[in-house]
Amino acid sequence: MGLLYGLIAVGLALIFGLMDVTNFAHGEFLMIAMYRSFFLFAFFAIDPLLSAPLVAAALFIFGAVVYLLLVRFAMRAKANAGMVQIFTTFGLAIVMRGLAQYFFTPDYRSIPQSWLGGKTISIAGIFLPEPQLVGALVSIAAFAGLYIFIHRTDFGRAIEATREDPGAVALVGIDKNRVFAFGWGLGAALVGLAGAIMAVFFYIYPDVGASFALIAYVTVALGGFGSVFGAFAGGIIVGLVEAVTALVLPPSLKSVGIYSVYLLVVFIRPRGLFGSI
Amino acid sequence: MDKDFTARRRRDLIIAALLALIAALTPLFVKDVVVQNILILTLMYAGLSQSWNILSGYCGQISLGHALYFGLGAYTTELLFTKFGVLPWFGMLAGGVVSALIAMGLGYPFFRLRGHYFVIATIVIAEIGLLLFHNWEWAGAAMGITIPIRGDSWLKFQFLRTKLPYFYFALALCCLAWFVTWWLENSKWGFWWRAVKDNPEAAESLGVDVFNSKMGAAAVSAFLVAVGGSFYAQFVSYIDPESVMGFQFSLLMALPAVLGGIGTLWGPVLGAAILIPLTELTRFKFGGSGRGIDLIVYGTLIVLISLALPRGLLSLFSRPKRTGAVR
Repeated sequence: MGLLYGLIAVGLALIFGLMDVTNFAHGEFLMIAMYRSFFLFAFFAIDPLLSAPLVAAALFIFGAVVYLLLVRFAMRAKANAGMVQIFTTFGLAIVMRGLAQYFFTPDYRSIPQSWLGGKTISIAGIFLPEPQLVGALVSIAAFAGLYIFIHRTDFGRAIEATREDPGAVALVGIDKNRVFAFGWGLGAALVGLAGAIMAVFFYIYPDVGASFALIAYVTVALGGFGSVFGAFAGGIIVGLVEAVTALVLPPSLKSVGIYSVYLLVVFIRPRGLFGSI
Repeated sequence: MDKDFTARRRRDLIIAALLALIAALTPLFVKDVVVQNILILTLMYAGLSQSWNILSGYCGQISLGHALYFGLGAYTTELLFTKFGVLPWFGMLAGGVVSALIAMGLGYPFFRLRGHYFVIATIVIAEIGLLLFHNWEWAGAAMGITIPIRGDSWLKFQFLRTKLPYFYFALALCCLAWFVTWWLENSKWGFWWRAVKDNPEAAESLGVDVFNSKMGAAAVSAFLVAVGGSFYAQFVSYIDPESVMGFQFSLLMALPAVLGGIGTLWGPVLGAAILIPLTELTRFKFGGSGRGIDLIVYGTLIVLISLALPRGLLSLFSRPKRTGAVR
């Protein structure tokens, strides 16, 4: 089920990994997406699977707006650029959590019935819960799409080029802000997709993002910054390691395995598995 | 230039002494327990942030895992006290030494990492510590440790009726951290650290022992933070993994320094003096609603300050002549 972590991480891989901008509000993006999916279900009875594109579209706009209103200015900082990014996005995360508490109350919510929820499918005698399976498939598709997008389209190349050298990119007529705003939108949309699917089988509450965010950072860093494939591989490894640790250690310690593997990998390869920066 | 520098350092020391004196006298006028509480926390975070600043500000190794040392300090002290009856004063020292040793042990593999990889590694190691303590039955696991109340005594550093001793200890800790920073700023180590921060390759080629500089900074920083953790444990008299090792402590240590001015002598103090009362007041005013208004206010402030003043609040005061010497 590591592909689910992969799904959360893929959006982050684009923002954090490819554009080299720290986003500490990633978990909160996920939270917003889950709430959106929940409300679409509660008020309009749209199944999360159907509303997923809507949620993704909404998050795309949200991500682009966040970039244009906040992150753009954070990146302009001449001193301590890294810290400014960390604390700007972290402040944003706190505000989003506060807003969610204010408007949605801290109650736990869940989507009681949906097309996928609670069903299992059996493949060759192995029972798999459907929502997770769909999540895994969407995750693979999202990674493949992103990989092609980054490596095969002009726009994808523009994103990488802009990170490498914003000055040179401006000379050949690429608008850095447009490229990055689009990148942020896309990253947020991918998280929106993840949130929509996860809303089916996870409780939804204002702090839900925090627990996934750290694992998403670890996943991206494990795979290595600057590599889409790395984040995908990282997601699978994280999922496998978690499953294995859950067998050996008490369930509350399952994250220890993930963290230890991260440390082990970067001690041996300080750039992550497939990292280029 | 040299004369300027010495003069500035002497002036800093005098200002610090005056501020400490003023702070020491405030309890004579401030009798309100809530306000005293806020003052204690402010001083504590100023001290913690100052210690964090040594590794992350001066030496440039951004750590978001200092909660580990904070928690280790708290746990070492309380475990020694509740299980073996060792007085908290010795526990404090022990906690500091344990933390410093662990910081150096971790430094071996960690300081090879750069940038995001290092920051994430520090977050991750603190998280591992948190989870381990969560599952460590002997250390109280998730239930934590309640410190037995045995009446007011300096010996056991425990006071029920008055907060004043805690106040003076927090003040002493803050002064100690400030003084250590002040002293190190002008030492061989201080210059090495700044060289390592600005350009490790160039520093190395000029004969700076980059690796050991980082180790030194980590050890000093961890020791002071652990002493802060011990103090906090005695102050709140109840600890559990979340309340002393949670990620929020790592951030609360970093924030004042970043807001005040990272890698500067006065930044952490200034940042804490503004941020902590603000945090406590918003929590006091809006926190009760349980609807997150305090979070909204707090988060907005962080965003605004970090966007408006990337060098920290201190940059408002510095004249161009001074910035060259400070940074």
